[in-house]
Amino acid sequence: MAGQEQKRPQRREDEDTPPPAAPVTHQQDSDRTAEVDDLLDEIDGVLETNAEEFVHGFVQKGGQ
Amino acid sequence: MRVRRVMGIETEFGLTRPGDPHASAVHLSGLVVRAYASGAGPGRALQSGAGWDYADETPLRDARGYEMARALADLSQLTDLDDPATANSVLSNGARLYVDHAHPEYSSPEVLTPRQIVVWDRAGEELMLQAVHTLAQGGEQVRLYKNNVDGKGASYGTHENYLVPRQVPFLAIAAGLLPFFVARQVMCGAGRVGIGQFSQEPGFQISQRADYMEASIGLETTLKRPIVNTRDEPHATGEKHRRLHVIVGDANLCDVANLLKMGSTSLVLGLIEAGLAPELELADPVTAIREISHDPSLRHTVELVDGRTMSALDILAVYREAIEAHVGDAADADTREVLDLWDGVTGDLAIDPLRCAGRVDWATKLAVLEGYRRRDGLQWDDPRLAAIDIQWSDIDPARGLAARMRASGRLTNLVTPDEVAAAVINPPEGTRAWFRGQCVSRFTGQVRAASWDSVVFEPATGQRGLRRVQLPEPELGSRADIGALLDSVEGVEDLLAHLVSPEG
Repeated sequence: MAGQEQKRPQRREDEDTPPPAAPVTHQQDSDRTAEVDDLLDEIDGVLETNAEEFVHGFVQKGGQ
Repeated sequence: MRVRRVMGIETEFGLTRPGDPHASAVHLSGLVVRAYASGAGPGRALQSGAGWDYADETPLRDARGYEMARALADLSQLTDLDDPATANSVLSNGARLYVDHAHPEYSSPEVLTPRQIVVWDRAGEELMLQAVHTLAQGGEQVRLYKNNVDGKGASYGTHENYLVPRQVPFLAIAAGLLPFFVARQVMCGAGRVGIGQFSQEPGFQISQRADYMEASIGLETTLKRPIVNTRDEPHATGEKHRRLHVIVGDANLCDVANLLKMGSTSLVLGLIEAGLAPELELADPVTAIREISHDPSLRHTVELVDGRTMSALDILAVYREAIEAHVGDAADADTREVLDLWDGVTGDLAIDPLRCAGRVDWATKLAVLEGYRRRDGLQWDDPRLAAIDIQWSDIDPARGLAARMRASGRLTNLVTPDEVAAAVINPPEGTRAWFRGQCVSRFTGQVRAASWDSVVFEPATGQRGLRRVQLPEPELGSRADIGALLDSVEGVEDLLAHLVSPEG
């Protein structure tokens, strides 16, 4: 599976250096959390204020 | 084997008029179609009073693939401007824009590569947005959604079309595709809040369509929907071609997932055509497609008739290996692109699906939803999450979450805004869509109707002599094929005179 091959170097790096592996993952996780939080702040401003009514009003006819 | 193939994609858009849930969807859909046709500018679209050529096909003999004939059909039924359900336009980019059931639908022109699919599918979003803006200028507020489900029982389709040689037995196609379609969703599902056709259970799932698949193989598209659809409507020479009509897929807003959806399927069809499809047979495809959709951890395994159990990624890996063996080192750039994206996405899905945020719709959506769940402590039955799911696919970046993420660079773009803008106007050059689109832009007032395989001209206004050019070969009518002729003719009469004679 080429997909796994492509990722293998990264994994090997993790395996060769066990101590930093966990912190690196941790760092990636917290980077991602910060990134997502930035995004949430950005989209908070456009989200429908009355979610319940908005969801209730989204009624479609069936299609193909 | 290469990924190149005549392909197209159709999207039925969800639509609402804010504050008016009882507005007629058919009426609103008609407004959208006519707003684009009237607002797009000269030469961009046939006015909705022209129409679609529903006349039956006839066999053709001209070696170049064209046949001239006096049109016998009464086209008056297509010109009824008062009936919004007949709103219908053919666009200068070769696409069809019309009302299908109760949704405005954009059917892309026929293209040849997955990358072109992304370009002309995005063009469809762009021109729908133009229609929304045109309506807003006239005081009509309409919102369009590129999704496939309302969470209250209704589903509407995004259909893929692939040209396949007629000689390939349909049952071989169905057998080869079924396990692939059950697994493919992990690369290209749009993600959905709610489990079950009526979202009766709280939760998140990978696919918009999985819960609406009720049969493995069948003809229906609106009820008892099948994973493999048997509609046999080639829109081309039926003895040579089959148009495989795929209804199992979701509408994508991520370029990578959209390209993978079409590209991987074209490659699997290549395997089937070569008789090299992997021998996989699922014990219960309808149950399997739902169970896989319901497990975003991707750990779920499904049973095969031979007793093995495999995850979606296991199944995809078997197809991927078969493709690798068949492609060898001969992959062209378009094929290589699909394979590289396939490997990158499945590799990351295996480690952590959220790594695919920006490339795969469901993973992108899940990352945002999980963010809200963590930050605000929301449960899956919170209406805010359902609202985010709907608002996700609003095509207007003023509100649409995916559109905003694309605008702020959070989605991996495979194509540029300039390419998309050009594709709103111009047809792809490699198929008959080029002839169709060029006729719309060059001879707007004299094109009375068109279809996938015909263009009907009214050379002189008020005269009864309608004349049809038929295009039964999807790869004829390309720019290379007919561009010089189109550039050289004085007008429609001249063009018709040349097309009638092969020596032209």
